[in-house]
Amino acid sequence: MAKTLYDKVWQAHVIDQMGEDSLIYIDRHLIHEVTSPQAFAGLSEKGRKVRRPDKTFATMDHSISTRSLAIDACGPANKLQLQTLADNCEENGIELFPVGHQKQGIVHVMGPELGLIQPGMTVVCGDSHTATHGAFGALAFGIGTSQVEHVFATQTLKQSKAKSMQVKVSGNLPIGITAKDIILAIIGKIGHAGATGHVIEYCGEAIQGLTMEERMTICNMSIEAGAKAGMIACDQTTIDYLEGREHSPKGEQWQQAVDYWLSFHSDEGATFDTVVELQAADITPQVTWGTNPGQVMGVNQVVPTPTDFSDPIERQSAEKALKYMGLEAGQKLSDVQVTDVFIGSCTNGRIEDMRAAAAIAKTGKVAPHVTAIVVPGSNQVKAQAEAEQLDKIFIEAGFEWRLPGCSMCLGMNDDILEAGRRCASTSNRNFEGRQGRGARTHLVSPAMAAAAALKGTFADVRDFQE
Amino acid sequence: MTGITQHSGKAAPLDQANVDTDQIIPKQFLTGVTRVGYGKHLFHDWRYLDLHEQEPNPDFSLNKPEHQGASILLTRENFGCGSSREHAPWALGDFGFQVIIATSFADIFYGNCINNQILPLSLKNPELDVLFAAVAADPEVQIDIDLPAQTVSCHGQQFHFDIAEHHKYNLIKGLDAIGQTLELQDKIEAFEGKLPTWLQA
Ligand code: SF4
Repeated sequence: MAKTLYDKVWQAHVIDQMGEDSLIYIDRHLIHEVTSPQAFAGLSEKGRKVRRPDKTFATMDHSISTRSLAIDACGPANKLQLQTLADNCEENGIELFPVGHQKQGIVHVMGPELGLIQPGMTVVCGDSHTATHGAFGALAFGIGTSQVEHVFATQTLKQSKAKSMQVKVSGNLPIGITAKDIILAIIGKIGHAGATGHVIEYCGEAIQGLTMEERMTICNMSIEAGAKAGMIACDQTTIDYLEGREHSPKGEQWQQAVDYWLSFHSDEGATFDTVVELQAADITPQVTWGTNPGQVMGVNQVVPTPTDFSDPIERQSAEKALKYMGLEAGQKLSDVQVTDVFIGSCTNGRIEDMRAAAAIAKTGKVAPHVTAIVVPGSNQVKAQAEAEQLDKIFIEAGFEWRLPGCSMCLGMNDDILEAGRRCASTSNRNFEGRQGRGARTHLVSPAMAAAAALKGTFADVRDFQE
Repeated sequence: MTGITQHSGKAAPLDQANVDTDQIIPKQFLTGVTRVGYGKHLFHDWRYLDLHEQEPNPDFSLNKPEHQGASILLTRENFGCGSSREHAPWALGDFGFQVIIATSFADIFYGNCINNQILPLSLKNPELDVLFAAVAADPEVQIDIDLPAQTVSCHGQQFHFDIAEHHKYNLIKGLDAIGQTLELQDKIEAFEGKLPTWLQA
């Protein structure tokens, strides 16, 4: 029977079947300071050990400052959490990239960059945006802390198989439209819970034409559609990206690995539980107007009227969202002032994102009422951007250039957005209070964020590019 | 861990869809290194008017005197969406909720509840409407949940709910999942032995 990419990766990892649950093997486990301490504590309470520290990699990203390399820069609670990670890694023989380390970065930027994520792998992390790694044709999903402990002790997880969804983006992407716009348009179409219980496979010309970094942006936000994971089959783009990376197979193993990787793709005629299709030509620059990522529209559309929604739950949530966001139905976003711009996160904190934002930044200056920060996703991204002098472009235009970390994506450090402020953000969640209590988040692409910084309101990035 | 079989209690209503884990427990409370003490910060942004949790918001359902002592939370679609933080069920459990009845749940949150002996239970919206109405009419009304029978009863009305057999089993038995898997050591080792060479280390 014809199989999907998901079927194949799944079947290659089943160790044992227990009723409707399978015990599956985990090839790669990434950890960070926020969701691991209780798992380590659970292990040691029971006298258990990390079974495969060699398959586990740790980084510091959520609780760290983006202004200082000191681990106490964000107060004693953050320091204790970071120190606990360092102690746990030391005790269990896990490689850690602490603040300031050249390989340190946001967990979902660091992993791919080092070649730790490869096609056909199973990848987990106590973090919902683990879906990012599906861009490599891996089955990658976020887990809770109890499951982190389970993976530590056994290198396995008990899982039941999810449903499958194919999301096909046909045709070529119009000029000025980015991966972020594609994924926001997909979530807008299927809804914030539209893929609950599913693993998505993205395909179609517009997806195949994307770089690896762009594919990561797409897969990253699979969780924002409710999906368990998002995947894109391995192709030459994937192989070219992996060649020569630190943890990629070398020598004669390289060719064996490439052959193995290419076997992971959906067969001709494979069927999916759900199929969704979008035309790339219809996608415009996207901006969220509400408080969940499905509340999104094209930058030139007007803010929707709650009574336009026939579903009572959607209507109620639109009303609540408009109130929280301080927006009115029928308003044009080009008339709405932003006070802050955040460029960074595991969605859009990679070198191509820095380049895209810098290309806009160099055409002007940040509007006087706007505070704009650029936070590279990792030290490697930072070093590369500085080698290309992108930092100078940003600083010259009036952006702040920071140290790598999660930063204002969730504000577990001191990059917190104050109540009432309005941010054009390249991150992935626009929930109430996500960037700070009472703060308003609009999700956009890096180029759109840079354009909003210069114009001081939301703007159509295509006006800057023409 | 102890198991869940029957539960009876009063319910607190939170009649909205898409309640995400950032709302259940905001990021500033995630700096802990233990599993305890998150209940006081549950729904922080909605529950308190100030940052220091000194001024409870009198309009928020969970703060109302009639809903004190509730052990069942009633809510709607896609509860627990967003971040994978297990701090969310830790906070709900620490606050006193043992059962969450919603239209639907986000996947990771659902699993996290099971792993923390909290019963996440889905009913259809019209059935939830009945429960919301019953609580509105009498906040003290008792709701009875029978996990082995997979039923929710209130005021003589009874609704059936679905739950996967293994989730039900784990909740009833309160088992140590890791201990169970460790009994399969031999199979795990045999699997590792067959991995392609570049995946072995
Ligand atoms: S950048 Fe944001 S979404 Fe990504 S891992 Fe960090 S906090 Fe999570």
